[in-house]
Formats: sequence, C-alpha cells, structure tokens
Amino acid sequence: MTLASGDLGSLGMAAMNQPMPVSEAFQPHLSVRGLSVRRGERLLFADLQFELAPGGVLLLRGPNGVGKSTLLLAVAGIVRADSGRIEGAEPTELHLVNYQSGLKGRLTVRENLKFWQAMNGATGLGLEAALDAVGIGGLGVLEAGYLSSGQLRRLALARLLVSARPIWLLDEPSAALDAEGEALLGQLIDAHRARGGIAVIATHHDLRLADPAGVETLLLGGVS
Amino acid sequence: MTAFRALIGRDLKLAFRAGGEALTLVLFFVMVAVIVPFAIGPDRPQLTRLAPAIVWIAAFLSMLLGLDRLFRNDDEDGSLTLLRHANLPLEAVVAAKVIAHWLVTALPLLLATPVLALLLSMSWAQWGQTVLALLIGTPALVSFGALGAAVTVGLRRGGLIAPVLILPLSIPVMIFGVGMLDPLAGSGATLFLIALSLVVTAFSPFAAALALRVAGE
Repeated sequence: MTLASGDLGSLGMAAMNQPMPVSEAFQPHLSVRGLSVRRGERLLFADLQFELAPGGVLLLRGPNGVGKSTLLLAVAGIVRADSGRIEGAEPTELHLVNYQSGLKGRLTVRENLKFWQAMNGATGLGLEAALDAVGIGGLGVLEAGYLSSGQLRRLALARLLVSARPIWLLDEPSAALDAEGEALLGQLIDAHRARGGIAVIATHHDLRLADPAGVETLLLGGVS
Repeated sequence: MTAFRALIGRDLKLAFRAGGEALTLVLFFVMVAVIVPFAIGPDRPQLTRLAPAIVWIAAFLSMLLGLDRLFRNDDEDGSLTLLRHANLPLEAVVAAKVIAHWLVTALPLLLATPVLALLLSMSWAQWGQTVLALLIGTPALVSFGALGAAVTVGLRRGGLIAPVLILPLSIPVMIFGVGMLDPLAGSGATLFLIALSLVVTAFSPFAAALALRVAGE
C-alpha cells in the first residue's frame, strides 16, 4: 500500500479550499486509520489510512483483485475490518454504488426510485427532477427490466440524488456509461463536492471532474 | 414509518407482478388436501377427524416451500446490501419483509381453507377453529422461516437447507396448532401457541438481522 500523492495532512487542507455554497452544505469528515481487511485467509491491505474533509475526493486505483471494492465495503460497514478505525461513516450518511444495482426489473423506473427515496429519506431532488438529471427523464413508466445496462446505471445514480447524503462510495461508477454519461457523472460528482460532499471512488477510468484540486489518489498494491 | 410501509408495499407489488409463485404455494396446499382423501379411502368420519391435522401439514409444507425467496432475490440484486444504509435499522427491514411474506404466503392459504374444509368434509365449527389456529400459528412459522432464510442466504443452493434447518424449531408450532383443535383439550394448547408465536415473532427480526449482517461479509 502506498499513498501515491500528497501526505495525509495536505489532503484535507486542499479540500478545504473548495468553494462551498452556504445553503445545505454538508460537513462530513471521513477518517480511516490503520485499516486492515482480510478476505478469507488473504490479507488484502494493512495499516491503510486516509482522511477526507468536505469536498474531498479519493480515487482508489490498482489492479483487479487488489481490494478496492472491499475497501469501499469496509467503509460502508458491510465488511468487518480486521483492525483499524473508520470514523464519520454513519450508515445513514452514505450512499454505496457498486455493480449490483438494487433495482427490480418488475418495477417501473419511477417505482424503483420512489422506493429508494422512501428508504433513504426524501432529502434531495424530486423523482422527476432526479430522472431528468441523469438523462432518463422520459422513461419513468417503463419497467426497469427493459432498460439497457447504461440506463440502469443512470437510474442507480439517480438514487444518490433523491436522498442527499454527504458520503458517496462509488465502485466503478462509469461502468456501462457512454461518453455523455461519463461527462454527466463528472458533473454529478462536481455538484456533490460543491455542496461539501465527500466521494471515495474506485475506478479504472479517468473521471471528468471540473476541478482536479482536492482529488487524491490512493494506489493499492498487493500485500503478500 | 414511511420506509417501513414502502418496503412492505414494494414486496407485495413484486409478489403480485410475479404472480405465479404465490399461486404455486396455494395450489400445493390445495393439492395435498385433494390427494389425502384418496389415500385414506372413503371413510368420512375418519377423514373429518384427521382434517385439522391434514390442513396443518399442508400449510406447514407449503410455507416451508415458499421460504427460500424471503431474502434471496434481494440478496442477488444487491438490495439487501443497500438496505443496510436505509433510514431503517436492519431489524425493522427484516420485520417489514416478514410481514410482507406472511401476507403473500400465509394469507392466501387462509383464504383457500374453505376449499379444504369442503374436500375433507369438515364442519363449519371445525373450519373456524382451524383458521383461528392457522392465524395464530403461521406468524411463528414465517418468523422461524426468516431465521432459516437469513442463515442460508449466502448459500447459492440453500433452497432446501433452510426448511431442514427450521423443521425441528417449527414442530412445536404444529403440535400446539393441532392440539388446539382437539375437542378434549382445554385452552392450554391455544395459550402455548399464542405465547410461542409472540415470542418468535418478536425475536426473529433481531436474530435474522444478525445472520444477514454476518452473511453480508
């Protein structure tokens, strides 16, 4: 495990310089210290640490199977850490997006989104506004089973918009998205950061973020 | 509360749209009752005497059959993971799913009991008692089922393991459920069944949520 750029202190400081709108700004603070996670017998990473202040983005990089998704699951509280502390990641304060969409093919697009809005709290955009924002505004009455994988991914992202939560944990968020979708994803993350939100993103693609300042990269390497 | 209702509503909606599955259980329930008279032979008094037990066996087996889908679909599409971040504790999520599961699997059986009463030549009084016993006992069966389904959710072919796992636990439900219908028995069996049902229904969401947390890793 190596911290590829910047030390821990500057990571937080750089993020603090982001312009922040005064209204409904988030004040999250995510701190991970000495984190070790084991999957079965294998130690994926040991003594990992990072810290994110409002507006901060952490990109997780590294080859397949190195533990990027597992790290996200550990921060999300799904996978138990072997040792170490994760602070500031309350389950109701974060959104997780991974390869499983949590969407039901037999429900319409609108019903799916409405369900997650009810479960996570209607604290963000309205249903129609969120669907418009991710570019599937006209498909509300269609059963989600008829959507393409790119459209499903957009619907999964709309889930983040209907319930405002400060921490986004995104696992390959641009998978199945077209070029326009990738640009859209960049805009969504930009808007989230502008409100003071934090994002931890595992990705192999380059995200199109407006402001690369405050974006840190964590390069995960195998621990044998 | 909105979230709790939304979860029940979604599960009911999904069950109605899938349609066939809930119907299969009712069909199985009725089929058992159709077959038994042929196996026992044309002895109506004997059939009447055995009827409550037959209804219980049929209900018991069809509830076991429907168990597997309680958490599996939500586990496979990732909903179960995402529900861990809902504004609702996992225990409440389980409770909502148990209620929805009861409405989808047990209620249709109760509605189908008049057909069985007719096939098994039960008296109306006997039928009423059987429905009452099922009404009290089925929540316990569903709750035990939630436990079994939660423990086996991570197993790809857990379909048959969950019923085998909870079979010994659910046998008391059956004993007191049938005992309730014995004309010579006092109210003891009824009270035991009520107590059993209340305790299991109250505790199973916690136990099942614990199992789901472990399975999520």
